[in-house]
Amino acid sequence: MEKEFQHIQTAHCENGVATSLLKYHGLHFMTEPLVFGIGSGLFYLHIPFLSINNGPAITYRSMPGWIFSRACKALGVKVTRKKFSNEEQATAFLNQKIKEGVPVGCQVGVFNLPYFPPEYRFHFNAHNLIVYGKEKNNYLVSDPVMETVTTLSEEDMLRVRFAKGPLAPKGHIYFPENVQPVPEEVIKKGIIKGIKRTTYHMLHIPGGIGGVKGIKYTAKQIRKWPQKLGARKAGLYLGQIVRMQEEIGTGGGGFRFLFAAFLEQASVILKNNQLLEISEEFTKAGDLWRASAVNMGRIYKGRLKDQKDYDACADILDQIADIEKNAFLRLEKMKW
Amino acid sequence: MKEEDLPQDKSALEKMTREVCYVKNSEGKYTTGLSTGWNVKKDALDNAWEDIQERTEAARLAVKNGEKSPVYYFMELRIMDFQILSGYTGFWKFTIKRHLKPAVFQSLSDEKLKRYAKAFDISVEELKNFKG
Repeated sequence: MEKEFQHIQTAHCENGVATSLLKYHGLHFMTEPLVFGIGSGLFYLHIPFLSINNGPAITYRSMPGWIFSRACKALGVKVTRKKFSNEEQATAFLNQKIKEGVPVGCQVGVFNLPYFPPEYRFHFNAHNLIVYGKEKNNYLVSDPVMETVTTLSEEDMLRVRFAKGPLAPKGHIYFPENVQPVPEEVIKKGIIKGIKRTTYHMLHIPGGIGGVKGIKYTAKQIRKWPQKLGARKAGLYLGQIVRMQEEIGTGGGGFRFLFAAFLEQASVILKNNQLLEISEEFTKAGDLWRASAVNMGRIYKGRLKDQKDYDACADILDQIADIEKNAFLRLEKMKW
Repeated sequence: MKEEDLPQDKSALEKMTREVCYVKNSEGKYTTGLSTGWNVKKDALDNAWEDIQERTEAARLAVKNGEKSPVYYFMELRIMDFQILSGYTGFWKFTIKRHLKPAVFQSLSDEKLKRYAKAFDISVEELKNFKG
């Protein structure tokens, strides 16, 4: 409508859509780390016996969609969401919103996303972008991982909104409504809640495959891989870990740098110096995740292949788990 | 990670964008930096594609030798698994498994072939006449 939409590039697509839409609606204090932290984006989970793209099923973040939902809930912002079984209705609704001048978030699959290079087009269905206008037959698109805005034809838009398979978007469209100014007290509460929830997830998820215990579980598996899978497959598995951890959208170090940036901002808002110290711990963890990726790279590049090389990778993961555990224990004990 | 340590390696990303990473500036504060790519993850991605190509080639041979139907080849080519193909075609996983048998594939109606062709983004003719 009257307001002009501003494209913002972020590390992660969901954080980006959330940050841009909330800023558009007048919440100018919003940053990607704040959305990520208040929405408790940091996580770790290694699901055993399940393979994705013929590799281990590991994630460094919480479920798609949850970050935005939690962040908005904490800030008292109402989000309207819609999914469709009918493609015409989905298109009509999107066109209607654009006519009203409302930028909207859309969940899409990347397999048919034309501006992604072929190398990145897997059947990943939880990508997010903003549609903020339409010119002739092209939608104006702000994809948060891109440096600039882009466009999608009507045909391509329909295809990516109705990609199929796990996490199929089903035309999922969402937008905040009726956004009111957020008092500082509410922001502070949101930050504390985000930290507490992340701490709980990382320390107390039962079952031994989530949180810091999950990192140890992965380490234990890695030690077995050369024997169990053979050199080639074990290498591919390590490659998959590195891609999940470092590929576009993580901000580096499996989201740990992003979380450290959040704690840094939180320490300013809450005037709490301890948070800054703990932020350093997550920077350390992120640096170790990067070092671990370098180590794994030497194996899948074929430069290293002995059991002791796999053990060295696992040792770093064990060390990371300990650092993160101690940092979260400090957060848990904190008096707010 | 420090700002000056942010890798700027060549990668497939250059066809699309530079990516945002969170780094520490000279004052020890967090800021964002843009990276063109990192060799460590480029190698991982290259490996994954090498593996996909090998699987696709194995699938092509299986069709050529009459062990599998063209559905199997195009499924590998489009990096789909049963769940994804089932989503696009509406067939049950169990049904798709049957359609991987060359004899069963021969007897499929045009309507069913059309559903596969659409999922694979090819014509029915291409699907039917693929010999490996």
